[in-house]
Amino acid sequence: MIVAERKPLAEILELVAGAKRLLVVGCDTCVAECAAGGRKEVAETAALLRMAFEQAGSEVEVREASLDRQCVNQFLAQVGEDVAWADTVLSLGCGAGVQALARFYPDQVFVPALNTQFIGTTVEAGVWAEDCSGCGDCKLAYFGAVCPLTRCSKRLLNGPCGGSRNGKCEVSPDVDCAWQLIYDRLAALNQLDRLRAFVAPNDWSTSHSGRPRTIIREDRRV
Amino acid sequence: MTPVSNLARILSEGQFAVTAECGPPQGADPTPLKEKGSLLKGAADAVNLTDNQTAVVRLSSLASAVALKDLGLEPVLQVVTRDRNRIALQSDLLGASSLGLRNVLCLTGDHQSFGNQAGAMGVFDLDSIQLLHTARTMRDQGRLIDGTELSSRPFFFLGAAANPFADPLGFRVIRLAKKIDAGAEFIQTQCIYNRERFEAWLKQAREEGLTERAFILGGITPLKSVRMAEYMASKVAGMDVPEEVIRRMKGAPAKGQGAEGIRLAVETIEWLKSLGGVAGVHLMAIGWEEKVPEILEAAGLLPRPAQAD
Repeated sequence: MIVAERKPLAEILELVAGAKRLLVVGCDTCVAECAAGGRKEVAETAALLRMAFEQAGSEVEVREASLDRQCVNQFLAQVGEDVAWADTVLSLGCGAGVQALARFYPDQVFVPALNTQFIGTTVEAGVWAEDCSGCGDCKLAYFGAVCPLTRCSKRLLNGPCGGSRNGKCEVSPDVDCAWQLIYDRLAALNQLDRLRAFVAPNDWSTSHSGRPRTIIREDRRV
Repeated sequence: MTPVSNLARILSEGQFAVTAECGPPQGADPTPLKEKGSLLKGAADAVNLTDNQTAVVRLSSLASAVALKDLGLEPVLQVVTRDRNRIALQSDLLGASSLGLRNVLCLTGDHQSFGNQAGAMGVFDLDSIQLLHTARTMRDQGRLIDGTELSSRPFFFLGAAANPFADPLGFRVIRLAKKIDAGAEFIQTQCIYNRERFEAWLKQAREEGLTERAFILGGITPLKSVRMAEYMASKVAGMDVPEEVIRRMKGAPAKGQGAEGIRLAVETIEWLKSLGGVAGVHLMAIGWEEKVPEILEAAGLLPRPAQAD
């Protein structure tokens, strides 16, 4: 899923300054799972904003809405009336959701309420971790299903640097050393020989470094 | 084949080699670097110029290497992959060779979060092993890593770092082998305080035939004080300072801590000389370059072999 965090309220208030009719719109997929922008967070954020506006003496009307997916046009169409009513729309979707809304409603002002972080997993309740960088050429088969391009702070492909200590990364004791994880996984799978082979430089042309990417599938087009 | 550098010659002749580290200044004037460098003249066979070490912006290692070369010292150019992509790295390797720099130490580099530019984009387009492979391909095949033919080939004596003290222990010698396979001809190790672990690593390297395929230079950093020992033990990435070393430093009188650190460095060098498979030492006397000749003298490593023309 796409993992995001809500911006500080003070920053959101700055971003929506001057609004009189504010629509707060969430997304009930990824950002709901990571408790940043689902229906529940829309209600919380709207309540916080109403309180802040009231305290500041500003008359702002706040409406709430939430979409099953903010990145798919058929859902975006559901909030047409609310968007038309508002002078500013605060999106609790990920970066793609905000842009999808703006593409769908070209005349409206959209403001992000979230900082989109990464493609990750819910490791345990309240903990989300980055697992995938969307490099466009998955290599997990070679690394015991632990991605070094994402989970090693230096994106090393040929083994751990000298900063790996007690399973942790030199950058922070909160970060697992990806190469310790890879080593342990491959040892358990009896595949340690894989680590002896030279891994050539990564081809970044398949990644965002190449260009903003688009996938076109003729079989799915109408 | 004629050795391409003084360091390569000394090592290939089987003489116990000495390299020393010199950190470039945080400014445009190379004078402080030249002052430190002149302290190492006649003491070190070659001098490492660090490349923005600990991710702190400094005079470039390339400019620093040229400054020391002009003084008659032989540089070891350190190149990290943290800050430059493969286009810049290959270009700089050509540039280094064109300036007559032959010894190149290929490193990944400390993470940018340790330095004074924490918001920097960490490049890491290549890792140290891929950089070694790149430099060797340029030198031996006259090609860039995409296959493009060079109009002329660079000359290098290629080095790499090794940290016998990092984890996972089982990977350390595999990684050394990968570096040597990728082109490393000499290896400079992390500072040695944990002799037991170093010896275990060396034994494994010897068994894999690696000490026959590359020259291993043991890393030495003299401890100035108990505080430095404690700082290195807890704050420096990849460093292993055992409790007994800290205890020994604590046992010295307050004013004699530096002398104790130097004694320990000398003993470690003598111990390294007695081990099979160690071809030299690499002294990283951070901010204490003036002590290098004294340490080498006490360890019986002076005078150094004359540089060939």
